[in-house]
Amino acid sequence: MDLLSDQGLRLDGRRPDELRNIRCKMGVFNQADGSAYLEQGNTKVLATVYGPHQPRGQARNRAPHDEAFVNCQYSMAVFSTGERKNRPRGDRKSQEMSIHLRQALVSAIRTELYPRSQLDIFVEVLQADGGNYCACVNAATLALVDAGVGMREYAVACSASLANGEIPLVDISHLEESTGGPNLTVASLPISGQVALMEMSQRFHSDHLPKVLERALEGCKDIHRILDDTVRKHVEETGRASGWGQVDRAGIVL
Amino acid sequence: MLTTKTFLKKTKRGNILKIVREHYLRDDIWCGSVLCKTCSMKEREKTLEKDLDHSSSLFSFPHYLVLDTNIVLDQIDVLEENSFENVIILQTVLEEVKHRSSPVYRRLKDIISNPDRKFYVFVNEHHKDTYVERKAGESVNDRNDRAIRVATAWYASHLAPSQPKGKNKHVSIVLLTDDAANRQKAKDEGLISCSVHDYVSSLENAPALLDKLSKRNFVLEGNSKEPLFPLHLSPKEIQDGIKAGKLLQGTFLASRENFLEGSVNVEGYEKFILVQGHAGLNRAVDGDTVALELLPESEWVAPSDIVLEDAEEDPGDILDDEAKMEKEKQKAKKVEREPTGKVVGIIRRKWRQYCGILQPSQDKNSIRHLFMPAERKISKIRIETRQAETLKSQRIIVAIDSWPRTSRYPLGHFVRALGNIGDKNTENEVLLLEHDVPHSKFSEQVLSFLPKLPWVITDADLERRVDLRNITICSVDPPGCTDIDDALHCRELENGNYEVGVHIADVSHFIRPGNALDKEAALRATTVYLVDKRIDMVPELLSSNLCSLRGNEERFAFSCIWELTKDATIVNTKFHKSVICSKAALTYGEAQARIDDKTLNDDVVKSLRGLNSLAKILKKRRIENGALVLASPEIRFQVDSETHDPIEVVAKKMLETNSMVEEFMLLANISVAQKIVEEFPECAMLRRHPQPPPTNFEPLVKAGHLQGFEINVESGKDLAESLDKAVKSDNPYFNTMLRIMATRCMMQAVYFASGMLQKDEFFHYGLACPIYTHFTSPIRRYADIIVHRLLAACIGADSTYPELLDKRKSHSLCHNLNYRNRMAQYAGRASVNLHTHLFFRNRVQDEQGYVLYVRKNALQILIPKYGLEGTLYLAPPKGQIAKVNFTYNEEEQSQSHGSIKFRVFDPVTVQLSLDRRNVQHEKLMLLLVKPEIPEFSVPSQAGSQQVEAMDVDEVKDVAPPPKRQKKSK
Repeated sequence: MDLLSDQGLRLDGRRPDELRNIRCKMGVFNQADGSAYLEQGNTKVLATVYGPHQPRGQARNRAPHDEAFVNCQYSMAVFSTGERKNRPRGDRKSQEMSIHLRQALVSAIRTELYPRSQLDIFVEVLQADGGNYCACVNAATLALVDAGVGMREYAVACSASLANGEIPLVDISHLEESTGGPNLTVASLPISGQVALMEMSQRFHSDHLPKVLERALEGCKDIHRILDDTVRKHVEETGRASGWGQVDRAGIVL
Repeated sequence: MLTTKTFLKKTKRGNILKIVREHYLRDDIWCGSVLCKTCSMKEREKTLEKDLDHSSSLFSFPHYLVLDTNIVLDQIDVLEENSFENVIILQTVLEEVKHRSSPVYRRLKDIISNPDRKFYVFVNEHHKDTYVERKAGESVNDRNDRAIRVATAWYASHLAPSQPKGKNKHVSIVLLTDDAANRQKAKDEGLISCSVHDYVSSLENAPALLDKLSKRNFVLEGNSKEPLFPLHLSPKEIQDGIKAGKLLQGTFLASRENFLEGSVNVEGYEKFILVQGHAGLNRAVDGDTVALELLPESEWVAPSDIVLEDAEEDPGDILDDEAKMEKEKQKAKKVEREPTGKVVGIIRRKWRQYCGILQPSQDKNSIRHLFMPAERKISKIRIETRQAETLKSQRIIVAIDSWPRTSRYPLGHFVRALGNIGDKNTENEVLLLEHDVPHSKFSEQVLSFLPKLPWVITDADLERRVDLRNITICSVDPPGCTDIDDALHCRELENGNYEVGVHIADVSHFIRPGNALDKEAALRATTVYLVDKRIDMVPELLSSNLCSLRGNEERFAFSCIWELTKDATIVNTKFHKSVICSKAALTYGEAQARIDDKTLNDDVVKSLRGLNSLAKILKKRRIENGALVLASPEIRFQVDSETHDPIEVVAKKMLETNSMVEEFMLLANISVAQKIVEEFPECAMLRRHPQPPPTNFEPLVKAGHLQGFEINVESGKDLAESLDKAVKSDNPYFNTMLRIMATRCMMQAVYFASGMLQKDEFFHYGLACPIYTHFTSPIRRYADIIVHRLLAACIGADSTYPELLDKRKSHSLCHNLNYRNRMAQYAGRASVNLHTHLFFRNRVQDEQGYVLYVRKNALQILIPKYGLEGTLYLAPPKGQIAKVNFTYNEEEQSQSHGSIKFRVFDPVTVQLSLDRRNVQHEKLMLLLVKPEIPEFSVPSQAGSQQVEAMDVDEVKDVAPPPKRQKKSK
């Protein structure tokens, strides 16, 4: 199966530089300090943030004295895939994902603001259709913003692939992942352009790396714009509803 | 806009999975017509024209055509004609074609990529107005038909506002479909539609086009006739039957001798399963995958010995001939009976296009004709043509469309004419087609990937390559070679060692993975050499110019450089891409002459002498390791420069320089094989030559034994040694004949992906080396291109791509390469045969020959001068009474008459001439001259009334493995 047809369309009808449809919502739960729900195409993710709070359990001993201890947990709902999963969390794959999530988020959170405290981030994949990691990072960022945790900037992730050995594709769906072809996942801080995490499956020649990376970072910037819009709209709505203060249309406190 | 596709799928393990996929609908898919004023498509990308000349008499207005899937699948032969222009191919159709038949898909893509044909692909599935959802209870086919109609309607309404009113100028959309129901529905929806038959008959050059129409839906007159054949089971019944073990699945192989007999190769069965009679064969055609029902043991029969050819005349749709077979059946003894079955269904047809001639018909005005394929395993085919008068003297190609129960013969249609019977070009064409050698011109799309001329070496190129232009490099090849893919150099280093370099044309620089050029080369797999013609794997610009390492021209090369000590031990090996400039392009003869000429002492000659001395050491070492020196009679035709008819035959000569080049090519191949397998243990493309099973050697051992020589076949080394010892002073050709026999015992060498086999299976038996690959001829072999890419990836000179590293993909690629190679070899042999026939057309000649095998009713004679093998029949053809009787002694492998005894390796003199009675199969005829046997042998150089004919390739095929036994794998 060709990832890109002669007419320049991908298997699902997107062009190479088009993201999947992103829909998101902040503050979906009341109990957690921050929460967000994010859909990237058919990949649907729920993220919740607890804290910063006093370190509990094992973290009490491990928490550093000068910054916050960030605890991430990635899990996939048993109904998230075509065949029902046996273990929602704790398997190797999930553990790896948790570590990668933490790496990307820690680089964005201003942990030094919260010494001797703990921050819990739980991400649950409700439906998996490729790019799970990206969706999780993006949802977690929204949840952190919702929780009011201090951040340097948004942590945004996006994936990219290479079709026909030359044309980079952005935001890879499950079908494209499983058809073969390399998969480059990048988590970045899009304003400063820093890369927080980069992971690649399958080999391709280093000659192609610059353009694939470029495409992924481009995707990060596009996603950043969407997330930022959501945040502004959310703040505007909640602000208006709760009468915290007057906010103008652009979302700036007067 | 967004929608989701949801469907259920069964996985390989039998689980039912629900799959949900996103499906984006767009508003930026353009209609591709120059007429349109609403789409914002770039002007030059628009395909469909504005001013149409409408040649169809059915429609008085200009129109674009929309094709239904069934038209593309069935009528691709007609679509390839230039009469079809301004056609809209919907994505629905394209996908369905891709899914159903990849050859048709490839041909369709070729048409689309040709800008002159004005075929436009409209991605209707992703267009917001033309996407249709499958309704509840609607089959996939019905949905696709509806999608096609919706898209047709959309086009009509989309183009309407952009055009002036007025019926005659208005471009309309015509839907072509052969599905009557679809046509009716289109009519109800107010669309213009018609069947392909009606449309084609309304075109200007209808008669020629009509012949090419497939007759799939063609109904015989007198449809109410009794069906002749039993019904085929439905796919579901077949599947259930196979699962339950009631039915067997296998490949049907028709018999050459008897058109009412065939066998089925079922996996897991020791023997082929016999099928007989019209009902037993039940419309299976050679190569089809069939479902088979095994008969109870009481109904088993023996294969009939009689040769049964289909009657010359068309008997109409009746079945006969069975009576003769019935009689035979009674006679068969119990022991000879074989498992017998009957075909109950066809799982997959393997119909291709067949070459052949029209059978002369009595009725001059009839448009129905019978077609006789050249391949005797294929039944006659009934076709319709209006050009019988012109076609009757030509070789033509015909495709089978269907085989209804009521028809004795399959129905087909005429595809194209090749040329006059007996014409050399026509015959060449036939043999290429019969051996499935792709030889059409390279398509526009393929050629578009060639480098633009003038081609210059840029600084960027030089930066990435080692500059070897100042080194004395030369190439040594056969005379007349224009695709020079290897060059050599050798120079002495300061430390007394030699530096030897093999420089191979860097074809992979020009052929990038995955593009049309690469795909075409992968399909062709090899350049095919015929006696008078070369069928290139890559376009001529590359094969004879840019890649060819011609003398005194700067070329890109992939170099393999060794440092060798004086006794040819490798000190180190380097690989890199380079730029070279060959100082001389020599032939074997020229190179030999320069080496031998003591007066010459320039750099080229020094280099050659160095190479030659090292090569001798290498060869000696290789032979000591047990490499085989085999022989096969190879000949070359000297061809008349104007008519290209063969005028003289000469055996190929082997010079020292031949083996010099060979040694270094072997060395390079082995070095490269080691390197790539080290880096890519899973997906390296290698070549292996399995050791033949001991049973293969039986005829050789027996023949040697009768002459008093022990042939030890324990290992390659033993075999090589015992072959060396078997020399007879009174028969100098004896040893060569033994080696020819040994060659026949060998297995085929094959390409494979290293991940698919265990390491000890990599062994190359013939060369006696543990690992081997092909690296040195990338211009003419695709395997070498893959190896180049792997090696380039090893040294970081180029990038890899997923298919290269996927061992399953490599495996299936190897499959194709092996198949094409085998076919290329057969085609080459067939070409030699053809030229032998041409050579003997006006000649009768006496020649010295040797008995190679003794058979029950014939002697197999080898004629060294022409390198050909023929059968001298001792028993007369059926129906004639033998005047001279021979006694066959199986133990001793001899035939005797009176005091004269023929044994293996005995010299004989035979008379050669061409038997031209059968137009399709000309045969070379052998008659005995010496030793003289009254009433049997013929006087030297004189015509004879007796007819003992033979067909060279037929005998070859039947020769070594006994009939109806599976070859061991």
